[in-house]
Amino acid sequence: MTTATTDRPRTTAAHLSPRLTTATAGRVLRQLRHDHRTIAMLLVLPSLLLGLLYLLWKDVPTLPGQPGTFDRVGLTMLGIFPFVVMFLVTSIAMLRERTSGTLERLLTTPVSRLDLLLGYGLAFGSAAALQAVVTVGVATTVYDLEVTGSVWLVVLIAVVDAVLGVALGLLASAFARSEFQAVQFMPVIVLPQFFLCGLLVPREQMAGWLQAVSDVLPLTYAVEALQEVGRSAEATGTMWADVGIVAGAALLALALAAATLRRRTS
Amino acid sequence: MDAVTVTDLVVDRGRRRVLPGLSFTVPAGRVTGLLGPSGSGKSTLMRALVGVQRVRSGTVTVLGRPAGSAALRSRVGYVTQAPSVYADLTVRENARYFAALYGRGARAADAAVADVGLADAAGQLVADLSGGQRGRASLACALVGDPELLVLDEPTVGLDPVLRVELWEQFHALARAGTTLVVSSHVMDEAARCDRLLLLRDGALLADTTPARLRADGRSDDLEAAFLNVVRAREGSPA
Ligand SMILES: Nc1ncnc2c1ncn2[C@@H]1O[C@H](COP(=O)(O)OP(=O)(O)OP(=O)(O)O)[C@@H](O)[C@H]1O
Ligand SMILES: [Mg+2]
Repeated sequence: MTTATTDRPRTTAAHLSPRLTTATAGRVLRQLRHDHRTIAMLLVLPSLLLGLLYLLWKDVPTLPGQPGTFDRVGLTMLGIFPFVVMFLVTSIAMLRERTSGTLERLLTTPVSRLDLLLGYGLAFGSAAALQAVVTVGVATTVYDLEVTGSVWLVVLIAVVDAVLGVALGLLASAFARSEFQAVQFMPVIVLPQFFLCGLLVPREQMAGWLQAVSDVLPLTYAVEALQEVGRSAEATGTMWADVGIVAGAALLALALAAATLRRRTS
Repeated sequence: MDAVTVTDLVVDRGRRRVLPGLSFTVPAGRVTGLLGPSGSGKSTLMRALVGVQRVRSGTVTVLGRPAGSAALRSRVGYVTQAPSVYADLTVRENARYFAALYGRGARAADAAVADVGLADAAGQLVADLSGGQRGRASLACALVGDPELLVLDEPTVGLDPVLRVELWEQFHALARAGTTLVVSSHVMDEAARCDRLLLLRDGALLADTTPARLRADGRSDDLEAAFLNVVRAREGSPA
């Protein structure tokens, strides 16, 4: 007997199709391509903001033997910009998908929920890669940012951070009923991670419980990974572990987002 | 052969019981019209057919499988009432994306765009289209999958008479080729173009009929008048 009575998850979110994932990523990138101003802002804004930080600390003397404040803060910001920007862009994009009815329609096509979400991750992750190359390039040449390790590792960490932002944005958008709500998820999700990541106050100096909270926030590991690259010429084991944790957190958030995306709604 | 079998379907939306227990079948290879006043539950029923509506109880079987099951998704096309296409993509890009989801190529996408009369606007952003053109772009994105069942929620709203006739001719051509169509409308003159009619009122099936039978039952050649006569007869008679 066929039945459609319950809302049991009749279709697993796990039916992955690389073809449908890339088709979706291509579609999202095509949408982006039609929006020239957004592309310009994505590529240029982080560099401009970093420039402001550079000017802020340019003439502040540093203790001999210590890294300059801009080197420390600027490097960290290379990981935080893509995280924040992609979180916002994704949660708005997904909300638009919901309110325009295209999401409902997609759910009636062969594309699986995970294909859809991974497509977003792939699309905005690629955009973030381009953004990171530009920002890291400008930072190291124009602003003389000192990075002891490879700048490509910085780019890699920035991209993983961006994917984390995408994944959390997709997850957050499931709980937003309006644009106003979606935008307010940004400070809720982003600011605590920023406050506790070890940039404002070194983690060793935090109260024990705050340090414990900081331990479970993924951005903490992204910032630690960047600091490792800033310090050592060779990629360290700690750095790779940190990158793994951030990537794992992103995958977990994506899986949760797929699980909270209901095919049937009331 | 029935393409759709609905048995005792109950749907609640919010606190309201929108469909209090519907049963009917939809014959394959025919155009079935779903008619009823605004708020009567047409869109809700169509959502149940494509498997995106949470249902309280009852069964919906589509092409021999439970509505919404994974195997059906390449065989069922759905056009929502409000055009659901990407406003920031061109018509062609929209059609090609949906074509890709259904495993079809660019050629099928371009053909679907031409079929809805948008070949000249294919390179235009959907945001820059007129309301009627947007609706047709949305239709093209369902046609492109060449589905066995097409569920169309008010596809002809906002279209001029010429286009409307053309689209209805296309629906019948699809039906002749074996496609099953369920088309909702709240204008009775479209009812005349359907092979079968399901008349919905407050979520209940008022009549499961054909245009000819409705004219006879309602004692009028005008379908609108016939429909009203049937409604009055129902409400006048004791339950
Ligand atoms: N998301 C929702 N939450 C709660 N109630 C809803 C929701 N959507 C629709 N309804 C209610 O369900 C009933 C049926 O709505 P439905 O959209 O199915 O009607 P319809 O026949 O398609 O109307 P129209 O011809 O205006 O499109 C209406 O009373 C409506 O108020
Ligand atoms: Mg409707």
